[in-house]
Amino acid sequence: MRDVHGALQIQSYIRLLNLFTMEKQVTLQIDHHFITVPEGSTILEAAREIGIDIPTLCHIDLKGTCVKNNPASCRICVVEVEGRRNLAPACATRCTEGMKVHTSTLRVMNARKIVAELILSDHPNECLTCPKSGNCELQTLALRFNIREMPFNGGELSARKRETTSSIIRNMDKCIFCRRCESVCNDVQTVGAIGAIRRGFNTTIAPAFDKMMADSECTYCGQCVAVCPVGALTERDHTNRLLEDLANPEKTVIVQTAPAVRAALGEEFGMPPGTLVTGKMVYALRELGFDYVFDTDFAADLTIMEEGAEILNRLHRYLNGDTSVRLPILTSCCPAWVNFFEHQFPDLLDIPSTARSPQQMFGSIAKHVWAKKTGIPVEKLTVVSIMPCLAKKYECDREEFKPGGIPDVDYSITTRELARLIKRANIGFTLLPDAEFDNPMGASTGAGTIFGTTGGVMEAALRTVYEAYTGRTLQKVDFEQVRGLEGVRHANIDLGGFELKVGIAHGLGNARHLLEDIRNGRNEYHVIEIMACPGGCIGGGGQPLHHGNSAILYARANALYREDTNKPLRKSHENPYIRELYEECLGKPLSEEAERLLHTHYFNKSIN
Amino acid sequence: MADNLLCNIIEQVQTICDKHGNNPGELINILHEAQHLMGYLPEDMQRAIARKLGIPVSKVYGVVSFYTFFTMTPKGRHPISVCMGTACYVRGAEKLLEEFKRQLGIEVGETTPDGKFSLDCLRCVGACGLAPVVMIGEKVYGRLQPIDVKKILDDFE
Repeated sequence: MRDVHGALQIQSYIRLLNLFTMEKQVTLQIDHHFITVPEGSTILEAAREIGIDIPTLCHIDLKGTCVKNNPASCRICVVEVEGRRNLAPACATRCTEGMKVHTSTLRVMNARKIVAELILSDHPNECLTCPKSGNCELQTLALRFNIREMPFNGGELSARKRETTSSIIRNMDKCIFCRRCESVCNDVQTVGAIGAIRRGFNTTIAPAFDKMMADSECTYCGQCVAVCPVGALTERDHTNRLLEDLANPEKTVIVQTAPAVRAALGEEFGMPPGTLVTGKMVYALRELGFDYVFDTDFAADLTIMEEGAEILNRLHRYLNGDTSVRLPILTSCCPAWVNFFEHQFPDLLDIPSTARSPQQMFGSIAKHVWAKKTGIPVEKLTVVSIMPCLAKKYECDREEFKPGGIPDVDYSITTRELARLIKRANIGFTLLPDAEFDNPMGASTGAGTIFGTTGGVMEAALRTVYEAYTGRTLQKVDFEQVRGLEGVRHANIDLGGFELKVGIAHGLGNARHLLEDIRNGRNEYHVIEIMACPGGCIGGGGQPLHHGNSAILYARANALYREDTNKPLRKSHENPYIRELYEECLGKPLSEEAERLLHTHYFNKSIN
Repeated sequence: MADNLLCNIIEQVQTICDKHGNNPGELINILHEAQHLMGYLPEDMQRAIARKLGIPVSKVYGVVSFYTFFTMTPKGRHPISVCMGTACYVRGAEKLLEEFKRQLGIEVGETTPDGKFSLDCLRCVGACGLAPVVMIGEKVYGRLQPIDVKKILDDFE
């Protein structure tokens, strides 16, 4: 009663406030709480604000990004609204003035349980061997609703397609038709590779004409995997293969870790989002048996050297009146993004930078420079990468990155797979001390670290391009104007008299807008950074699942900026081992040797 | 020749899309008209529609595969539709359908290898007084018995 009284007082205070603001508010009662929310809010949003955790299944709304799926189709979130005959889905019912909502009556709880039981009635009973076990939203609901038997039997799914691509495993028998994957693929990423086909028991989520994903426009960004609540879409697992290689005394196994991994790996061990676990991760990788633990950040610094030189080259030519030069120049670090423009914008293949992604630069230097120097035969060297990404698995498989049939990077495992491996090897991760990366390819600057978040590649490039262009030392290395999570951002950077116009997009849907502008001759930028996943690599398809909580993405991004700030060197061109690499082997950026080892070309993959 | 024919058809499909303002909300109407062109909706036609409307082809195929009216199987020169509506059903439409299947050697939704006949079911043509009803092309046959089937088929070409 006291609570209600307190709430009423707060409420009248809010009412008073509203007299001064224009936004219309409504007040309603949810269980025993009164709450005032902006008009248009759903019951689910209002309830979550006061800590009432209404269960959901199909719903996802990654606030601050465009990831949203709200078909109100699963009916797990039903609540009782006084004066309304049937139960209302909380995710899609708007709050109204004076509304009285009950979220946990017996009627509501029974309805939710029956809905879950019906979903389970044609769901394979394979929890014990399912890759999603322990992280499955349907499993969590079954536990939460105290489901102890399966009352509904009968309807069986026809055996639907299974498919294993380089990156993604599709097991549609486990699909519950929440349509989250369809929403991200079509509405967020605008790739349009998958959608619901057929009807009734024959419904499935598939590419057009029920083809294989490998034959579709799929970019392997893995965002469908990142939002799938069950085990229908999962990553292709290479952990067994890795364990065999690690146990093979004939092989030297080296590893590179992408920047975004260190900002998220801790979550798999119960650490708060945004905990930096760089040192623990390095220690754990040595414990697992890797011979050398290197850092993709090193290769990110190398990428900046090459991409930065390319930016400068195109700018100089442009400013000297060369009309053949193509601007804007687009970054090319993200393999899903590369897939996207190869499929959907084959007419613009000459615009992106030709620099390979950091993963592939690392592989190339490891197998063709480092191996020679250390005297390790290439056929006995295994290069593994730990990535926040599923497209990286596919990238390792691209033919142009397997000179002479030997892949530069043998295979890539995700942050999630690494966590599973650490647990399997009995390593008490949270108690580990910190360890340092090995040299030379473990040395990196802060610029390499921020590659893992949207805007980071641009900021890293600006730090180097500014100094190379102006010949002056940058006083403040933080370019705050390119940071943030807004879908498309732009900034004008003063390069000592010349104003460089830069654009940043994350999420392929946002990238599409920029590309369509370029195609139609409406471009205002000199340089554009694009990352396929919302938030950049920190929100990659191989990261610990965010389950719709965008605060996790912010925390991960901040962690990377923290690591950057704490590094003694923060500009790629100051990395001493990068300098050594150019002096000893590559000469200078864009040299013939650099082109051979660090650059690539693109293919027209248009399906139409 | 075949390419020319296809180009021609694709142009007609584009005209249909234009007529509907290239509005994705008109997809079902567009598909309806497009299916009239060749009697079915081949893959290339669906891709052309998707391109024109600026939507993923997976969406177009999603709609095509959802509604039984739309088909991706080429129809025969004489498409047969057996009414399975309530009135026709109780007056023996099922036996009639079995006889068509037996005579033609095909299942529902299929086309005879010579491309002459295709077999489909539909729900009510609004001639319940004539139940059971079968449509072949635009022609309606009423009060049919299985025994009539062979003779009717023989009448075609």
